Amino acid sequence: MQAVAGVVVLASLYVLLGVGYVLVYRASRVLNLAQGDLMMVGGYALFAAVTTVSASPLIAVPLALAVGAAAGVVVYALLMRPMAGHPVFAAVLVTVSLGILLRVAVVLVYTDQARYPLPAMDLGNPPVRLPGGAAVSTLDALTVISAAALLAGLLAFLRLSRLGIRMRAAAERPLLAAQRGIDFHALFALSWALASFAGALAGVLYASNVRLDPSLGILGLKAFAVALVGGLDSLGGLVAGALIVATVEVLTIRHVNPLLSDVSPFLCLLAMLLVRPWGLWGTREELERV
Amino acid sequence: MAHGSGYFKTTYEADMALVDTRLRRLTLAALVVLLAALPRVASPFSLELVTQTALAAVGALALNVLTGLAGQISLGHAGFLCAGAFTVGILVESVKAPPLVTLPAAALVGALLGTLVGVPSLRLKGLYLALGTLAMHFVVLYAASEYQARWGFNTGVSVPAPTIAGIRFRSGLQWYYVLVAFAALTTLLSVNLTRSRVGRAWMAIRDREIAAASLGIAVARYKLLAFVASSVVTALAGAVWAYYRSFVSVEAFSFFVTIEFIAMIVIGGMGSTLGALLGASFVTLLPYGIDAVVGALAPGGAAPYWLFPLKFGAFGLLMALFLLFEPLGLVGIWRRARTWIVLWPLRYAPLRSAR
Repeated sequence: MQAVAGVVVLASLYVLLGVGYVLVYRASRVLNLAQGDLMMVGGYALFAAVTTVSASPLIAVPLALAVGAAAGVVVYALLMRPMAGHPVFAAVLVTVSLGILLRVAVVLVYTDQARYPLPAMDLGNPPVRLPGGAAVSTLDALTVISAAALLAGLLAFLRLSRLGIRMRAAAERPLLAAQRGIDFHALFALSWALASFAGALAGVLYASNVRLDPSLGILGLKAFAVALVGGLDSLGGLVAGALIVATVEVLTIRHVNPLLSDVSPFLCLLAMLLVRPWGLWGTREELERV
Repeated sequence: MAHGSGYFKTTYEADMALVDTRLRRLTLAALVVLLAALPRVASPFSLELVTQTALAAVGALALNVLTGLAGQISLGHAGFLCAGAFTVGILVESVKAPPLVTLPAAALVGALLGTLVGVPSLRLKGLYLALGTLAMHFVVLYAASEYQARWGFNTGVSVPAPTIAGIRFRSGLQWYYVLVAFAALTTLLSVNLTRSRVGRAWMAIRDREIAAASLGIAVARYKLLAFVASSVVTALAGAVWAYYRSFVSVEAFSFFVTIEFIAMIVIGGMGSTLGALLGASFVTLLPYGIDAVVGALAPGGAAPYWLFPLKFGAFGLLMALFLLFEPLGLVGIWRRARTWIVLWPLRYAPLRSAR
């Protein structure tokens, strides 16, 4: 039972991170390798808000999330929009250097020592008993809830709202959508904002639950194995991918070798690339388009 | 070829010559004299810098063959290096193998790994291929760290100085000659690959795969060949690296090393041999340049804690700036400057038909 709970919690964290990859990839075919670092920035935004503005989580958390979303828009306007028309791989490399710059900025301000925002907010992290004898921490439970809420919100937004339908149209047939007068740059900026918001949410939760240090970005690389297993352009596939990768990871920790657990997402990725390169629910034509 | 005036080759020999104009012969001769005479005038520290640059140049040239010429994106360069270095480390540690055994073994491991990673490239394109090579990188690193953990080399494997033909390579001067020669050989290989049938096939595949296939190029074979050629050279570079540093450890081959090599060919100019050399020098020397500037501004005292992040950040910023504003890299700047000099005082070349 405890293993199942562990899988669900880990999968939720991967979903929160993976949403960023999927949103940006759907919109612009760019793989954002700085997603993990955007998550780290979200965590540090929380720490900064707690230490300078207010120790109340009701103020600090929304502030950190807003900073996260704004960071996405800034990144798009400064770095990604000028890359329009360049090869996709060049844009991917720009996200790599963005990740480097974000990490450097954080180290310069906060050094590379680990921080703990939760005690700074005067909050505890008591365990929650679950039926079946398992127990998870409060923030673990909150991670699962936020992942579910974010996913439901995004699906509803993409299905029902006018803006969401435009986003899907732009992703599906860019030329046709542009001819119908859809403002691409606004939509791309919006997807970056949403992706960065999701990253910041993951960062806030992870930083409160575990710790905060500048090497947090590594988690992002694992999450992108998750996004690929599910299909880079599929939100539904993300859940399946996250569950598969998290299961494999938890099982290798328990039964094989803890050292292997860091590699297991990439083994899943390799297996998926050999069998179905476009992922579980990804669009097949993607491969030819890249 | 002479630039800006016309095409004056009249014999096949002239067409096949590696260095074709008098200016180029003179430049090359000057470079050889400079590199040979450098140990007499330069300090051991600057010699060490040139040595490091030469080693980086080998890796950058190998990556350039794969990514710049053949257009196959690889995020697993550090994995190939790691495989080569650990082949040496393991063979030396377990059976005390001499370098004449370990170096071919490293090349062989590189070839095997290149084939292994190359086979998916027949099916995968662009980003998906990059992800596959990235996954390979983590798997190789895991295997290496598993070896370290299992055999009790928690910090790393030490490699004694190699002996070839009775000469023991351990002084900085010896390594300077060895690595500069290694880099020169790789440069020669890279130049010749570029201007041969193989290189043209790679460029055709890079530019448009379907067109290349319909011209009769065996796309699958040449793609595999690109992976194997690149990974053999990279694994050899890793093997030499192991001897040069006399120490092998997983920590030295993080994902950041891959990014550094990609930055080298991006900053230098993708697809150009000169670009790979320029980029390797630039990226290797940048941190020392920053050291020198900071040392000159604030003499004495310990290095401030922000020095390392500053170097790291300058590297990231430069990479982003080159990608955004100068996608052709240093070579693009050099070509523009050359055109400007050749055409001066005119601003534009005359129309081709008017020649």
